[in-house]
Amino acid sequence: MSEIAAVVVIGAGPAGLAAAAEAARGSDRVLLVDAGPRLGGQFWRHGAKDDLPQAPAPRWHHGWDTYLELRTDLERAEAAGRLEHLASTHVAALDVREDGLLALHLALSPTGEQLTTLLAETVVLCPGAYDRQLPVAGWTLPGVMAAGGVQAFVKVQEQVPGRRVLLAGTGPFLLAAAASVLQAGGEVAAICESGDLTGWVPRGASAALVPGKGREGAQYAALLVRHRVPYLRRRVVSRIHGTDRVESVEISRADDRGAQVPGTAQVLEDIDVVGLGWGFVPQAELLLQAGAASRLDVDGSLVGVVDGEQASSVPGLFLAGEITGVTGASGAVAEGRIAGRAAAGRVSGRAAESSRKDASARSRHRLFASAMHRAHPAPAGWADSLDEGTVVCRCEEVTLAEITAARDELGARDPRSLKGVTRAGMGMCQGRICAAAMTCFGTDPLEAARTTAKRPFALPLTLGTLASAEEGTE
Amino acid sequence: MTSSPAPDDHVRITVDDVPLSVPVRRTVAAALMLEGRQAGWRVTRRAGAERGLFCGIGVCYDCLATVDGRPGLRTCLVQVADGMDVRTGTVDV
Ligand SMILES: Cc1cc2nc3c(=O)[nH]c(=O)nc-3n(C[C@H](O)[C@H](O)[C@H](O)COP(=O)(O)OP(=O)(O)OC[C@H]3O[C@@H](n4cnc5c(N)ncnc54)[C@H](O)[C@@H]3O)c2cc1C
Ligand code: FES
Repeated sequence: MSEIAAVVVIGAGPAGLAAAAEAARGSDRVLLVDAGPRLGGQFWRHGAKDDLPQAPAPRWHHGWDTYLELRTDLERAEAAGRLEHLASTHVAALDVREDGLLALHLALSPTGEQLTTLLAETVVLCPGAYDRQLPVAGWTLPGVMAAGGVQAFVKVQEQVPGRRVLLAGTGPFLLAAAASVLQAGGEVAAICESGDLTGWVPRGASAALVPGKGREGAQYAALLVRHRVPYLRRRVVSRIHGTDRVESVEISRADDRGAQVPGTAQVLEDIDVVGLGWGFVPQAELLLQAGAASRLDVDGSLVGVVDGEQASSVPGLFLAGEITGVTGASGAVAEGRIAGRAAAGRVSGRAAESSRKDASARSRHRLFASAMHRAHPAPAGWADSLDEGTVVCRCEEVTLAEITAARDELGARDPRSLKGVTRAGMGMCQGRICAAAMTCFGTDPLEAARTTAKRPFALPLTLGTLASAEEGTE
Repeated sequence: MTSSPAPDDHVRITVDDVPLSVPVRRTVAAALMLEGRQAGWRVTRRAGAERGLFCGIGVCYDCLATVDGRPGLRTCLVQVADGMDVRTGTVDV
């Protein structure tokens, strides 16, 4: 597309697919950009053969029909010349030009080469999220993974990344990941949930608002019961053992703050995979680069502020999916539809037709999500009895002892000064993995969240690609 | 090195000079784990410890390796291809 795109949708997950499908009804210059090779995002991640005609719905997927409908809509729009899909393309940076157009700096994924810049009248940003992590002794051992990483592995490889898996952290997603492991023929040693889930009635009021969620939950529960998987509440991983890889895992009771209670440890032997997840962290760097307003959500995530049309504070920039708050795939689809229509409507000058159905689905899912987040808080006391030698920043291998020394002896009291002193957050992941931990060392949570999510580029570029980008803009 | 042809849905790659036949749907990380039987392959600079797949989606940069001479690639994102050469160990980017 050489001319200026009317609507560029970033991200082809549930939110982005819905946004692109709706945008292409109102505009014929729509571009869908995703870093991955295929459509689907995290929720509908799949292998190449799942896209073949007549391929059966993958057994670990929910709402696959919705995916197929959206994919068909996009294929039709593509055939009609209204939409183009740029796969394996990463948006490395997003900025607002003086003339009001949005500039997207693109890189090939995963190599990071070939930067070109694309101009758009509107952008619908749907970048999704990644698993929130909290450090624990032994979590750098091979075999320890993000719970979402285990799930993603199964969805494409149709195999478990090991044999016997322990899932730990908080939230209903641990159940989804456990179910996939079982369906792929693996064993689940246990699920450790740090919360006690009082006040959370899975089959009660909030779940009744979202029938699909209740059904999905009931299916997981049945599967876990059938396989006799222990679902342990108020239990956390206190240490992961192994020499070259995970061998066994020590779990402990958790107190009200989610801290391990000394003296309650129990060792689970013969475990080769640990999947850790404390909810999800939205990918906020493009949001911050564009200068859009952000806030802290109930789960402590930094999210974009939107109005009823999913418009951000930046004219022409719309947001949908996890970037507005972690609400799950169906909520993301509803938001995506609203955002896609609004973006196309802004370009054409015709007011977007409002859909009561999407708006009410959106509010039901948001309500459900906030009840869920309250029942599954990332524990404030995670560091209370953490071993001093535990690595906090995995990239730069900075330990808790080094961070507390920088804080107590050198007076570094926020993620930025701690980073300067210890290098925590300065590595290849650009502070994504240690951000949740590092923000806990700051005194102002919102400021800390913004600092840790600020990245000049969405992926670390080598000096070579930066140099060629400079040349390209001259 | 044997040169028996790979089955239709498999490709041949080499990992640190060792040939492997792996299903086409593998990412390099999954091939290292499932066919290569390695839990970790990147060696960290400070502790000299091995790391493997962590986030699984391109966010953490723990799973790096050199693929076809290109250092520092996230193996969880790279699809295997016939004849691919994978080198593990310390990564200098
Ligand atoms: C690893 C993982 C697995 C998950 N699995 C499940 C599950 O099985 N069940 C469940 O209920 N929930 C799951 N979730 C939660 C999930 O985030 C939501 O349910 C849902 O996928 C959110 O939809 P979304 O459209 O907001 O984002 P996503 O589905 O995350 O889609 C975002 C898309 O944006 C792309 N993207 C991001 N940044 C850029 C960029 N800068 N340039 C180009 N493209 C970009 C990504 O490649 C991705 O395809 C998972 C989350 C993770 C992290
Ligand atoms: S496992 Fe995290 S980047 Fe590959």
